[in-house]
Amino acid sequence: MDKPLLSVRNLTIDIPVGGGTLHAVRGIDFDLNRGETLCIVGESGSGKSLTSLAVMGLLGKAIRRGADRLEFDGTDLTTASPRTMRSLRGARMSMIFQEPMTSLNPAYTIGDQLTEALLLHRKVGREAARARAVELLEKVGITAAESRLSQYPHQLSGGLRQRVMIAMALMCEPELIIADEPTTALDVTIQAQILRLLHDLGREMNMAMILITHDLGVVARVADKVAVMYAGELVETGAATEVFNTPTHPYTRGLLRCIPLPGKTERGSRLGTIPGIVPSLIGDIRGCAFRTRCAHAVPACHEAIPLRGEAGHKFRCVHEDGKRHAEEEALA
Amino acid sequence: MAMSETKDPLLQEIIGPTPGQMLRKRIFGHQGLLIGAVVLGLLLFVAIFAPLLAPHDPYAQSLMNRMEPPVFLGGSWEHPLGTDHLGRDYLSRLIYGARVSLMIGAIAALISGVIGTAMGVAAGYFGGRVDMVVTFLINVRLAMPVVLVALAVVAILGGSLQVVIVVLGLLLWDRFAVVMRASTLQVRGREYVAAARAIGASTPRVILSEIMPNIANNLIVVVTLEMAHAILLEAALSFLGLGVQPPTPSWGLMVSEGKNMMLFEPWLVLIPGAVLFLLVLAINLMGDGLRDVTAPENRS
Amino acid sequence: MPVLIFILKRLGLAVLVAFTVSFISFTLLFMAGDPAAALAGETGSGEDIEAIRKLYGFDRPMLVQYFDWLLSAVQGDFGESYYFRLPVASLIAERLSVTMTLGVCGITFALATAVPLGVAAAIRPNSIIDRVALFLSVAGQAMPSFWFGLILIVVFAIKLGWLPPSGASSPAHFIMPTIVLGYYAMPAIMRLTRAGMLDVLASDYIRTARAKGAPEGRVLFRHALRNAIIPVVSLAAVQMGFMLGGSIVVESIFALHGAGYLAWESIARNDLPTVQALILVFSMFYIVFTFLADVLNAWLDPRMRSS
Repeated sequence: MDKPLLSVRNLTIDIPVGGGTLHAVRGIDFDLNRGETLCIVGESGSGKSLTSLAVMGLLGKAIRRGADRLEFDGTDLTTASPRTMRSLRGARMSMIFQEPMTSLNPAYTIGDQLTEALLLHRKVGREAARARAVELLEKVGITAAESRLSQYPHQLSGGLRQRVMIAMALMCEPELIIADEPTTALDVTIQAQILRLLHDLGREMNMAMILITHDLGVVARVADKVAVMYAGELVETGAATEVFNTPTHPYTRGLLRCIPLPGKTERGSRLGTIPGIVPSLIGDIRGCAFRTRCAHAVPACHEAIPLRGEAGHKFRCVHEDGKRHAEEEALA
Repeated sequence: MAMSETKDPLLQEIIGPTPGQMLRKRIFGHQGLLIGAVVLGLLLFVAIFAPLLAPHDPYAQSLMNRMEPPVFLGGSWEHPLGTDHLGRDYLSRLIYGARVSLMIGAIAALISGVIGTAMGVAAGYFGGRVDMVVTFLINVRLAMPVVLVALAVVAILGGSLQVVIVVLGLLLWDRFAVVMRASTLQVRGREYVAAARAIGASTPRVILSEIMPNIANNLIVVVTLEMAHAILLEAALSFLGLGVQPPTPSWGLMVSEGKNMMLFEPWLVLIPGAVLFLLVLAINLMGDGLRDVTAPENRS
Repeated sequence: MPVLIFILKRLGLAVLVAFTVSFISFTLLFMAGDPAAALAGETGSGEDIEAIRKLYGFDRPMLVQYFDWLLSAVQGDFGESYYFRLPVASLIAERLSVTMTLGVCGITFALATAVPLGVAAAIRPNSIIDRVALFLSVAGQAMPSFWFGLILIVVFAIKLGWLPPSGASSPAHFIMPTIVLGYYAMPAIMRLTRAGMLDVLASDYIRTARAKGAPEGRVLFRHALRNAIIPVVSLAAVQMGFMLGGSIVVESIFALHGAGYLAWESIARNDLPTVQALILVFSMFYIVFTFLADVLNAWLDPRMRSS
């Protein structure tokens, strides 16, 4: 097998706050191959968005990023110059943000904003760039694409703006696309359309995709790989089928109980909840962050726990028999 | 052992400091506010105790001792800041000048504050026609060139301290009206105002006990700004010879009188101007500081 | 179409404001005392004053006199100056070029210094440059302009001899007046630029621009400043209106014979027709500039253009 397109080892993100340091993301590992879709799942504040911004090099000035390895197609991003990062961003890796209403510049036309990345990174003329913009707008399902180019963001609905954002991210045919909850701001009916669209386009262009979401229904449909994050930590990762069929970490199992899954959840049965609250991440953190909410917590949970399991499915839990637990639950 | 140390630290963290503690911390953590308050307090002290502090009568002329230099330019301690073109003690005139400036600033701000606040609160609270009329009046007022109108009116009525104060008071209400209107609009929609109305509180009662306390912090900030504005305007009018009339010791007038001797005795201009600058700076620092300290977004 | 309606509405309001201002100032000056006595001068007898009163129509009711004045004023006739014995309109027209030049130079100076300073301060909040900018804006607001002008004269005209102290015969004559008039508008423009840039730089679309790989200069100026400058433009227009009103102080310090200087002279001489006309002219400046600010705003902000 080829080297992965994106390789991340022990990624950490620290944010200085009033009372010390907030260890927002700790020890994230994952690999992503071309054409693959990785879904990062977790609740708000679990560090999903920060992780994606860290890959793009878009964290704020005050935020510190550390990693043993952060490689994009052989380029070491931890040592890359701002100039190198700029030449990658928008050209070879691009990002779709979760707020379509505010992510477009109100002062410029859709056409100007769509063509910007192409004009910045490729030697193309204005006309060619506009033609490409029209082509992509049509591809993301926008009618009368030609006339949209001269419109301003405030003249478009949220769904249209998000489609524009997607088209904008695709302008330079990037090898990696990161979509950070691209559908949370939209109506449910449009959510499904947009996700299908992204998924199909990804396949068509052989792009690697990181999809950040807390919607497990989406994950089940589009993911090749899944990474489950809790309180800044990777608690379980692996092939989507593995994680879904034999969820091992108690948090993942809890998450899966919280949503109805076609074919798995019985009609009329109660959906689960996870009791408790996420702990503060300020100051030193040791041991499993989930232990205060975990029904299976034991004293060993206070110690640092490494990721374990085989290559295709890893988890961060002290229980040797995590897998067996999972199977029993699945049967019950 | 102090009380706070015996408390459960976790509990302390959850409860956090009281609002009073936080406010005190913000006030004493704000350099500008502290500096402004100290300087203003000092000048206020000087103005109040002017008769005790001034070494000479500010009006006493002495044609034998005209334009003596200050001590630091080789003068004597008899007149620490020298004497002016009529031989009057400069320090004494400066000290009495603080009275003029502060009185004009305070009373003009009071008059304009009453007018502007009444208009702004009425516009914000009642909306509709009232708001339209007030907004129109604000526009008219803003369109009138303040310096020109004030100069003309003071010239017509004759320049005395009272006239200058009243004219400035009647001209400088615009910012009060603008800010109070906006603040009232904001507060009017809050639940506690609706609640007060729901239990049958009368309109004056709602305005006085629900609206006013919640816009008072903005009002104080505007008071400081307009005080500074009135002081600067008075000085400008007096400088142009159409404000407070001689022999009243106004700082603007002192600059104007010193202007003709500026070539040879620049300190005659520098000293009163510098004190004026200091006073306005102190008031502005206080205003900015109060805004920072009371702004809700800084209360985290 | 909505833009046209918006402009017409604003225009109507502007006209109404101008009328009200003229009425108020007319009333104020009418109450001022006896113009006939002023005209007759110190040597005029009681009969002279009575004759003048009849001749000029000062014996008519105030409202009649006001509408008489207004009717002429809208035709560009502001009467005759008591002092110069010349038509006020031509007197003012002659002096306006100096004041306008000063105003344009002043606002240009203010924008050229305050906007870069505000942007620099916003890029690095709490840095040295931010503190310097903050200090300048606080100090600038407290500086009495007449005093600042005199200090400049002492330093640059008298001690150093670099610039002429007064007059308006060469561009060099305008340097100090420009600085004195312009610095007054600086603090507000600087603060608004800084606050606007801070706001915009934290916005999602700036992150989008960075995600596209746009260079930092392009992000700052094309994406951020373009949005942050919109409120600054209208503030500058309003400040320009205020500034022209404030030119009276600056012109008197530097002996620039513009409209402000004329106002000062006329007030001292009790030349009521000239004062009345000048108040109207200066308030028209403010009205025109705020109107232009609104139109400019609508043109700069695409959201205003269509809604």
